[in-house]
Amino acid sequence: MSHLKTALFDFHKASGAKLVPFAGYEMPVQYPLGIAGEHTHVRTKAGIFDVSHMGQFSIIGDETVCKQLEQIVPIDLSLLKLNQSKYSYLMNDQGGIDDDLIVTKLEDRISIVLNAGCKHNDIKQIKTVFKQPAEFVLHDELSLIALQGPKAVSILESFIPGVSNLKFMNGGSFSFKDKSVYVTRSGYTGEDGFEVSIANELAQTFCETLLTNADVAMIGLGARDSLRLEAGLCLYGHDLNPEISPIEADLVFGITKHRRETCDFIGGSVVKDHLTNGIKKKRVGIQPEGTIIARENAKVFKDDKEIGLVTSGGYGPSVSAAVAMGYVDFDCSEVGTSVELEVRGKKYPAKVCLLPFYKKSYAK
Amino acid sequence: MSEVKYSKKHEWVSIDGDVGTVGITKHATEQLGDIVFAEVPDAGKALTSGGEAAVVESVKAASDVYTPVTGEVVEGNAAIVAEPALINQDPEGKGWFFKIKITSPDELAALMSKADYDKFVEENPS
Repeated sequence: MSHLKTALFDFHKASGAKLVPFAGYEMPVQYPLGIAGEHTHVRTKAGIFDVSHMGQFSIIGDETVCKQLEQIVPIDLSLLKLNQSKYSYLMNDQGGIDDDLIVTKLEDRISIVLNAGCKHNDIKQIKTVFKQPAEFVLHDELSLIALQGPKAVSILESFIPGVSNLKFMNGGSFSFKDKSVYVTRSGYTGEDGFEVSIANELAQTFCETLLTNADVAMIGLGARDSLRLEAGLCLYGHDLNPEISPIEADLVFGITKHRRETCDFIGGSVVKDHLTNGIKKKRVGIQPEGTIIARENAKVFKDDKEIGLVTSGGYGPSVSAAVAMGYVDFDCSEVGTSVELEVRGKKYPAKVCLLPFYKKSYAK
Repeated sequence: MSEVKYSKKHEWVSIDGDVGTVGITKHATEQLGDIVFAEVPDAGKALTSGGEAAVVESVKAASDVYTPVTGEVVEGNAAIVAEPALINQDPEGKGWFFKIKITSPDELAALMSKADYDKFVEENPS
């Protein structure tokens, strides 16, 4: 099977990227700088991520669009201001998460960024809840390029004036080379940064322009993974799946407050039950006590009893330590609980800990 | 000057009498990237050539290190456990993994010379 390519494919190759199959696409996992170097570059300067494999999806229609979408996305879209973004998810009727996503309210539409591996199924699921007419568009003509890091704001401002006025999780239309681009102040690295939705034809020029600043480097999926893990952010298909509820995932903030009462959305009865009667397992941070690295699928034990599983784990270059997150029995989910991680048949001490491992303040 | 031989699994063994010092090649470290964890075998452990002997982890993934020769471990390198970056900095020197008392010296004939290994890497880029 041949893999899909983003508009930047040739540019990645020419930049020395190592390309790997990811969610049906051939994507850069690292550049010559290497994963740890790229990771640190984003934490100290600014890095470019090609996230064009993700689905940029629009639902265009009248005022009924929000109410219909709210059946499957558990936020109150009427509370969203124009150009404001919100993290939430797509619910299934088992109370599980079919995908996590970012919703943005625009003048004539709701725009959603979906995970690459889920996007086609997501769109199918979203369409099933729409009874009133609406137009659905998956924007294959657009690339999505993120610039992340403490220097992202000053660098992007120098090429797209005005973006520094954006608050975190807010967006707006700007102009680059006389073409319209939509910029949101958001990202998935634990750093301040932006995501720029831009015509495919301009994507390479945009990257080349950013790279004229010596503080900018191309960053691959490898560093994206270690950055988001340090920031305590979930990776769909690993930390989240259709059988895990938002409450178990400790992502209740993705449900608007008053909708946690009503639970009037698909899968709401399960969420209500989890909120009222509690949960059996919970997503937590896990900090190995030594240098041992516990990766995905490492078993978690407490007093020789298996109590959970690591869903993401690795080395955090910015905290200079092994970091992990996973699901443990609710009784063992309290911060500070001593557990053991099984790695290559041996058990190593670890503690349940608060997420994130690495914290930065965003531009509020 | 001790003789150094190479395996297709990208280990080197430096032979000094009946003791071999084993590590991973510069090429292997370049493929792995920044190494952040190493586990070495304890003294006394019996190893069979081609078998798992140690573990090395980069940010990306964990990989096994195999022993190119059969024998009994004399010493694991505690320095790389404490400071895994040594493996990247000096893979064929301070970044050694373990010393092993070679019990089947005949196996050495199957390993490659430096020139043959370099050729092997060139022909098998990963």
